[in-house]
Amino acid sequence: MIDLAGLSPAALVASLMVAATPIMLAAIGELVVEKSGVLNLGVEGMMIIGAVCGFVAAVETGSPVVGLCAAIAGGMLLALIFAVLTQVLLSNQVATGLALTLFGLGLAAMMGQSYAGIKPPPTPRLDVPVLSDLPGLGPILFSHDGVLYLSIAVVFGVWLFLRQSRAGLVLRATGENHDAAHALGYKVVRIRIAAILFGGAMAGLGGAYLSLIRVPQWTEGMTAGAGWIALAIVVFAAWKPWRILIGAYLFGGVTMLQLNLQAIGVGIGVAYLSMAPYIVTILVLVIMSADRRRASLNAPACLGRAFHAST
Amino acid sequence: MTTLLDVRGMTKAYPGVLACDGIAFDIREGEIHALLGENGAGKSTLVKMIYGLVRPDSGEMRLGGTLFAPPEPRAALADGVAMVFQHFSLFEALTVAENIALGMDDPPNAATLVKRIRDVSTSYGLAVDPDRIVGDLSAGERQRVEIVRCLLQSPRILIMDEPTSVLTPQEVALLFRTLKTLAAEGTSILYISHKLEEIRILCDRATILRNGQVVATCIPAGETARSLAAMMVGSGLAVPEKHRAKPGETLLEISGLSMRSMSPFGTRLKDITFSLRAGEVLGIAGVAGNGQDELLLALSGEERSPPGTIMLASRDVGPLGPSARRYLGLLAAPEQRLGHAAAPDMSLSENALITAAVRRRLVRRGWSGLIDWPATDRYAHEVITAFDVRTPGVTNAAKSLSGGNLQKFVIGREILQDPRVLVVNQPTWGVDAAAAAAIRIALIELAEQGTGVLVISQDLDELMEISDSFSVIAGGRLTAPQPTRGATVEDIGLLMGSTGASDAAA
Repeated sequence: MIDLAGLSPAALVASLMVAATPIMLAAIGELVVEKSGVLNLGVEGMMIIGAVCGFVAAVETGSPVVGLCAAIAGGMLLALIFAVLTQVLLSNQVATGLALTLFGLGLAAMMGQSYAGIKPPPTPRLDVPVLSDLPGLGPILFSHDGVLYLSIAVVFGVWLFLRQSRAGLVLRATGENHDAAHALGYKVVRIRIAAILFGGAMAGLGGAYLSLIRVPQWTEGMTAGAGWIALAIVVFAAWKPWRILIGAYLFGGVTMLQLNLQAIGVGIGVAYLSMAPYIVTILVLVIMSADRRRASLNAPACLGRAFHAST
Repeated sequence: MTTLLDVRGMTKAYPGVLACDGIAFDIREGEIHALLGENGAGKSTLVKMIYGLVRPDSGEMRLGGTLFAPPEPRAALADGVAMVFQHFSLFEALTVAENIALGMDDPPNAATLVKRIRDVSTSYGLAVDPDRIVGDLSAGERQRVEIVRCLLQSPRILIMDEPTSVLTPQEVALLFRTLKTLAAEGTSILYISHKLEEIRILCDRATILRNGQVVATCIPAGETARSLAAMMVGSGLAVPEKHRAKPGETLLEISGLSMRSMSPFGTRLKDITFSLRAGEVLGIAGVAGNGQDELLLALSGEERSPPGTIMLASRDVGPLGPSARRYLGLLAAPEQRLGHAAAPDMSLSENALITAAVRRRLVRRGWSGLIDWPATDRYAHEVITAFDVRTPGVTNAAKSLSGGNLQKFVIGREILQDPRVLVVNQPTWGVDAAAAAAIRIALIELAEQGTGVLVISQDLDELMEISDSFSVIAGGRLTAPQPTRGATVEDIGLLMGSTGASDAAA
């Protein structure tokens, strides 16, 4: 007999937001990277480096804020390697991105060896007085940590940047037709490097959210494919910032639902429940890209193509 | 008139070629100055140097008396040099207004910009809607967007690189009116083209380039098209002789073919119906992006079509793929040479094998299925000799050939397979005059041997020259074929513009 009463909707929504935040941060960063015309498959590697850098820095200094900053720096540093290789030395983006993921996973495992099993300093919640005690809405809207609010602000900020600002227009133009952008005098390589660094920063922050806030602990390989899900969500979102939010929360929702279902003992194998979020992602992607025409309409036309200025 | 731009001794070398060799000429204020020459004569390189896209090895330019050496296009724009590109430099997924804002140094806010776009487009008769997505616009409309983008910067010199190659005759007339208005207001225009009649009508003076050098400067109104051509090419040209049509039985029959395009900004084919007889050359005219690419894909078999829509000698080939159609004798040569017709990094032998494997039996029959390399090399050699392809050998990569040579190879590779029906798209696009004439002659000879030839082209003069009858494709629809004899370029032009006439007239 299943005890569905054990599923509290408010708690479920609150926890799915926490589960979705790392993916959302990494995905919104990758969206900006892809909008500039670069395909960085190293998201997973940048996330795990962010997770370990943030964890180590937070444990050593005792400050979660220092940890988060270190995670951003770590993600950017790894992204910088990718930027130099693909934008300056013109290496293949797909191969370099894959290598970045492998490199990041290995390096993180080495860095985090002596930190397994330690508890990081807790990150305070921003409990809004009175409001967070509201039944239902309180835990959903007013009782989270600062990074979660920041992630929503970043999505809004990216939307505003791409849609309203001139710099955002130039970035989109670069991803759309790099030769034309170059002919108009825009610095294609510089714009792309900046976008890649932003992507690295967001992936790093997303990784640290996992190790410092959501779990919070360091275990080897703890990102467990979150970076790949983030990449998939960018496609799911058809390169639109608000849909990143929907996609990430959908994935987070299925993840939390299956965990809750496991907890109350539904008669479905644990293995099937655990794979549910990934299967849902794959299904959604298949449905989304069934119409090849529509799928390619939103994709940046120069995505993944190397740019070499002719002189 | 005073001299605005003075160019002296401009030289630029690329590995193996001297693209520009000490070029000197000048442009006066308010003058329409033509830069005339064959492909590879150095026009594009020269213009890129003026626009700051390419740095010269030596030489200097003076703009209004002061030294002018733009390190990048932005600097050239700031000094008043604007350029409309041959291959449009627009962003398809963005709106007209966004595209124009990108081309400006210091764009005003969106509302002001839209108003200024409207102002410029009404005062120069350049109808554009600022809110539309560029990917949905016709070639003529896109060009207007580029011109408006340039005009908003109030340039002193406007460079136009082969502006009419994608326009209908009516759109060309509209463009010429705009350019003359601009020149009358004091803007200088550098007009690059190899179309002689246009230059005679439009331009005040002409500088003629050949092999990277200035060979003549003249007043085009005082020359004939023939004398200009002689200066440009340096020798006479073979002119294709049109054969007398003796059409045989119907080979290819297309009826009610409707297909959607697989590319996001493509054109849907709507109820295409025509038939092609043995020995006939049927021309399909139309402005780029009206369904030509989709029609070629449907005929080559790259896109399958519903049963019964494509019949080759009374056999339904609609559901068959490219290899099966080739086996039955329906061959096609697409427009895009590098990347579609030929694989750029593969050798000429390998490229010959790709399409000729079936009909020339270059793959051994039986269980092994191995490639017969000696036979493949011989076939590639045969193509090279028969079509005078200039290349060191069959092992050279396709991308190492010049446009004209590769085009001769790509067309020759199909012709020597003895097709029953050959479909070609833009057979002489971007090819120098001598190679173009050779390709046209080869197509006519092929038809004389009883092949049905379908030529899709935007070059009306070419279609007039080689086709027995022609249709016009516009908005994915095809008009009924009519005999070429007695028709004029203007007639075809009117048909081409008929579906897009609303915007051309606006």
